[in-house]
Amino acid sequence: MRGKDGEGARLAMSILARMADVVGARELLDITSAHIDSSLYQGPATLEFAERLADGGARVQVPTTLNVSGVDEHGWREWDVSESWVTPARRQMEAYEAMGCEPTWTCAPYQTQPRPGVGEQVAWGESSAIVFANSVLGARTERYPDLLDICCAVTGRAPAAGLHLTGNRAGQVLVDLSGVPRRLAEEPALYPVLGHWIGLRVEGRIPVLDGLRARPGEDDLKALGAAMASSGAVGLFHWVGLTPEAPDLDAAFQGREPATRMCPGPAALRAARDELGSGLSDSAGLDLVVLGSPHFSLSEFAALARLVDGRRRHPGVRLLITTGRAVRELAARAGHLDAIESFGGELTVDTCILTTPMLPESIRRLMTNSAKYAWYTPGLLERAVAFGSLADCVESAVAGRVTRDDGAWTAEP
Amino acid sequence: MSDAPAAPGSGPLTGRALVAGAAEGAVLYSSEPLSFWGGYDAKTGEIIDRRHPLAGRTGAGRIMAIPATRGSSTTTAVLLEAIRRGTAPAAFLTRGPDTFLALAAIVAAQLYNRAPPVVALSAGDFDALRRIPRARVEATGTVLAR
Repeated sequence: MRGKDGEGARLAMSILARMADVVGARELLDITSAHIDSSLYQGPATLEFAERLADGGARVQVPTTLNVSGVDEHGWREWDVSESWVTPARRQMEAYEAMGCEPTWTCAPYQTQPRPGVGEQVAWGESSAIVFANSVLGARTERYPDLLDICCAVTGRAPAAGLHLTGNRAGQVLVDLSGVPRRLAEEPALYPVLGHWIGLRVEGRIPVLDGLRARPGEDDLKALGAAMASSGAVGLFHWVGLTPEAPDLDAAFQGREPATRMCPGPAALRAARDELGSGLSDSAGLDLVVLGSPHFSLSEFAALARLVDGRRRHPGVRLLITTGRAVRELAARAGHLDAIESFGGELTVDTCILTTPMLPESIRRLMTNSAKYAWYTPGLLERAVAFGSLADCVESAVAGRVTRDDGAWTAEP
Repeated sequence: MSDAPAAPGSGPLTGRALVAGAAEGAVLYSSEPLSFWGGYDAKTGEIIDRRHPLAGRTGAGRIMAIPATRGSSTTTAVLLEAIRRGTAPAAFLTRGPDTFLALAAIVAAQLYNRAPPVVALSAGDFDALRRIPRARVEATGTVLAR
């Protein structure tokens, strides 16, 4: 009873009503689930906001998952996390759990949790999860920022606007991939690089991808979307013949003509790949190889286990994989973690290097296959970073320096 | 040729005040969107996205003119922290409505009784800010060059 009518619920509804006015929504619609990014501790203000809601009796009205936490509750002592961070970050986690959110602690809830269906109205936070929910699952969520996602969950409502409405989901920019050489099309690192390239150019518009001589899998689409949502403000893309709202080109554009057409070729993509790095040249020394933004999936663990099997990392380079607690359990049960541990790999669960200040000062040079890690590392962590494929990352961890296979990136059409 | 409304001391620009309020200060302009998460240091007010044209500049107390936010959904949380600490821009002027900036200001008004005004301008008026070094934002959404 308190959940619906208390101070906390009133605060959530008043913020939601103001935002409905800002976005020009004439009404609120019912949502069936929520994913909350607000749980991320940023400082005293985010904690005060969380406790205002929780102490005011706010309770979520729909099934609600939680994004990465500000701290790996069990493993933080193995890294350089300070007590002064852990205490308030934990308090903030507890506030969201008190509101009835499920402690899933992952930026990729779709990897282990029940998924919303096509056309289902939801309110998701976390840019990489939003773009996955809209594009790959065909669910409907606006790009909910921190502080608003929880207001939707507590009220069970969202402004009827933006990507909730069919008319706003039409493609706007055609990205013609017929110029991507076959060998590059089969390179998994194409997807984060392509997403980075597209995000910079489309900003907030909806891209429609077509013409690639390969069929991406779910991990590829996860990496593609996360990259677009970092360099751009993309909340939805369509892939013709693959994603639910794009059985063909005409459906993707809802019968309209594409206003803009882009044709990235191998030279542009190679430049975009190099642009993802910052301050580290090829063959430079390395301190850390980090994988898992968005959180590593079970199939990514399988691929990594195959690559590291029977090998050992260079003593000067740590290998860190960030994932959620549920995927770690699945990976352990599937037997993928043995090879990774023998290699010298380490896991952090529930959080990531961007959301917990966990890296010691001695780690200055990073390498990753994640466009999102590469994009945010220079500004958030003030460290140098190199970008490469998963195979490049493993080879580099063994060699102790940046090692990249350029074959796919120099291939002719 | 198109300078008529843009030069300092010229006619006002009028936008839609998503969050109404008054502010005056130096204009910090960029035609490039900014993510506050990974882009703005709430402790100092410095712009820390190394790839952004405003990298190294301070946004604290400025009339920040950016076309939009981009990227992370944590932008709102970082801006709320900055408002609480007093390191936030004095006002935001954007090209079209930016809901992330508006949300942070709306929550700050609820929690701390203070919020930077957020005004959405037309594309033409936003571009005109490039040539305005100092501006006053009024509660009506009017922007005057000072």
